[in-house]
Amino acid sequence: MWGIGIRGLRDLGILGMNARNINYIGRYNQRKLYPLVDDKLKTKKLAQRYGIPAPKLHFVIREQHRLRTIEQRLHNLSGFAIKPAKGSGGKGILVISARKDGKFITTAGTSLGIDHIKRHISNILAGLYSLAGTPDVAIIEELIEFSDLFRAYSYQGVPDIRIVVFQGYPVMAMLRLATRTSNGKANLHQGAIGVGLDICSGMSLKAVQFSVPTTIHPDTGSALEHISIPHWPEILLLAARCYDMTGLGYIGADIVLDGANNPLLLELNARPGLAIQLTNGYGLLPRLRHIEGLKRRHASAQARVDHILKNFTLP
Amino acid sequence: MPRALFYTLIFVLFVTGIGLTWLRHIQTEIPLLPGKQVTVWLVEARVAFNASGNPVEVSLDIPDTVPGYRTFNEQTASPGYGFSVLDMNGDRRAVWSIRSASGPQTLYYKLMARADQDAGSENLTPPHPVVEIFWEESQGIAARQVLAQAHAQSDSRLSMCRELIKQVNATEKSQNIALLLSHTPPVLLLEKLLNYANIPTRIVNGLYLEENRHNLELEPMLEIYTAQRWLMLDPTTGQHGRPDNFFLWDQGGTSILDVSGGRNSRVSFGISAQTISAKQLALTTAPPGHFTFFDMHKLPVEEQNMLKVMLLLPLGALAVVFMSIIIGIRTSGTFMPILIALSFLQTSLLPGLLSFVAIVAFGLLLRSYLSHFNLLLVARISTIVVLVLVIVVISSLFGYQIGVNTRMSVTFFPVIIIAWTIERMSILWEDEGPREVLIQGGGSLFVAICAFMLMSWPLAAHLSFNFPEINLIILALIMGMGSYTGYKLTELRRFRALRLKLGL
Repeated sequence: MWGIGIRGLRDLGILGMNARNINYIGRYNQRKLYPLVDDKLKTKKLAQRYGIPAPKLHFVIREQHRLRTIEQRLHNLSGFAIKPAKGSGGKGILVISARKDGKFITTAGTSLGIDHIKRHISNILAGLYSLAGTPDVAIIEELIEFSDLFRAYSYQGVPDIRIVVFQGYPVMAMLRLATRTSNGKANLHQGAIGVGLDICSGMSLKAVQFSVPTTIHPDTGSALEHISIPHWPEILLLAARCYDMTGLGYIGADIVLDGANNPLLLELNARPGLAIQLTNGYGLLPRLRHIEGLKRRHASAQARVDHILKNFTLP
Repeated sequence: MPRALFYTLIFVLFVTGIGLTWLRHIQTEIPLLPGKQVTVWLVEARVAFNASGNPVEVSLDIPDTVPGYRTFNEQTASPGYGFSVLDMNGDRRAVWSIRSASGPQTLYYKLMARADQDAGSENLTPPHPVVEIFWEESQGIAARQVLAQAHAQSDSRLSMCRELIKQVNATEKSQNIALLLSHTPPVLLLEKLLNYANIPTRIVNGLYLEENRHNLELEPMLEIYTAQRWLMLDPTTGQHGRPDNFFLWDQGGTSILDVSGGRNSRVSFGISAQTISAKQLALTTAPPGHFTFFDMHKLPVEEQNMLKVMLLLPLGALAVVFMSIIIGIRTSGTFMPILIALSFLQTSLLPGLLSFVAIVAFGLLLRSYLSHFNLLLVARISTIVVLVLVIVVISSLFGYQIGVNTRMSVTFFPVIIIAWTIERMSILWEDEGPREVLIQGGGSLFVAICAFMLMSWPLAAHLSFNFPEINLIILALIMGMGSYTGYKLTELRRFRALRLKLGL
């Protein structure tokens, strides 16, 4: 069969792109707040101010001529990530995991010369990866030693947890695992695997790749069925606090677990995708409507997380 | 209440669009469908006479209001003659004059006529009181007998007229009729008899409009005044009512042709039919109205052509909006498809498509080489612009050499747009792989083709230019779709994995 009927989608409470844009993003996300999440540098500084843990910022490159001294500045760093501040969808992110003979080794194992690094940063500054093609700045931040828990589940890239936060309530979550097809990136449309997570327990639900259900990781061969995320309430709390930090009503928070299984905020997204519904097997709409129907919103992030843990148990 | 306000606005736009279009259609008579043809009759009166070297004045009775026909485009051809149209109490006459002329002379008067049921009001002027009619002794007796007999054999004015016409045209005529006819020609006789019987009657002249007729004479018709109006009667068959193709030339009373200063004058008529587009006709004959301000045909032709293309843009935008919101096709650059579609309009679809794909593919190849040079973004795109230009020039020259007119197809593509497309595709390829390039590139081309189909639809081109207010409807549609919160068609496929969940 080619697809699913409109009625089927409606019964499952699937949120469509148009409805998301008009009824949620358009209604709950104020335009003037967008830069807070569209610019990773701003997010990072904001997180610092609110005491939300995030990967450490090494330095920022704002002008082309600063590239001349880049080699010395990178000298002490063995692993680091270069990101465009205003990039979207993981574009323009270059992760260097090691140094060898003066060359930079990416997570994919390719070795790059300093010229390549310079060119990449130069492209970022020119705005090649930025949302509207506007000039950008390059962020050099620490390489996250991600939790060993996920080593078997990801190909090269850092697996992250995407949580959709509506009005400060974490409503749906999934784990995103990079694959060879996705070039080590955790973006579902590029072929990363999405594993739905039970919002109450952090236990895996089901997995999809390219919108098709799957049960094992194609590159590592690990079964994707019984993943359990540690420190789940802590992760939810972190996500919930992102609302207080930005004021945006409908966001996707990308969170990673570092080597000590501490959650770090990687980035925020004011236009989170809809594929998360596929990984959960349920639509977002019933949960969004539940929040919209609350007579009184909970003021503290902890209270909101508690509300979710109590009310969103799976049927 | 902003929701209600929004829908009201859309509704108002929609209704205004339709209403204005309809009003303008009614007033300017520009057809709603393109290519609609109408038959126009070209009627020509040819006046010929021999001038005797003295001042000449020619006066020809010309049509005033013609029932069932709309006339326009009056013209005369009369070398050396002064010409004017005199209006004498609603009866128009064409008057030619010259100080001196000799030898055979030919003057022409032409007009165009188009059948129109509502045109040309009927002449309702009541008849003059019947003037005394004189017969010679013997004729008077015959006339009275004929009338008495006809009266006896009929039950109304109309049937009496028919009876008389039948008798006058009968092959075996009664003695009385034969006597009367020996003095008066049939039509005049009928007029005289009827007036004698106190039925107000007059003779009018006209032409039967038939394809390609020459050297015609005006055909007389009888009109009797009955029940407060003039009723036309065919003096040979007795049929009443105006035949559909009868073009009333003169409504009686005055002479058809007066010539002073010439001899052997004669007027003859020629008729031919032309088929012209209804739009052309509307443009030449439309009366000035409230909407003349919006008539774009007043503009210089170049400006018209530019507006023609620009007015197609909303349609392209409509296609893009529909494809993106309702269908959910992803394109590279939101409005790039419209620009490609516009170029397709100039090149026609297949050659345009082929050369576009070829240029972009070749450009991608060059671009991949370019990435080794580590150029800044703006410089790199500018380089691609120049390279694309070179490709275009070379392919035009090459096409010209081998005799294929690719020149036409290639040069219409907006170079900058192509350069950006190449850059975007190339980045897409590096970041997301060829699959995404195919999806977005294919999506763009598909939407471009759809927009092209819509914009090259003759009806669309016709309506958007002649009725620009139709854009209000398009605006309403676009705004309406802009508030659509339902699923996109592609989402039905995207979420197909959830079927299992539904137990299907």
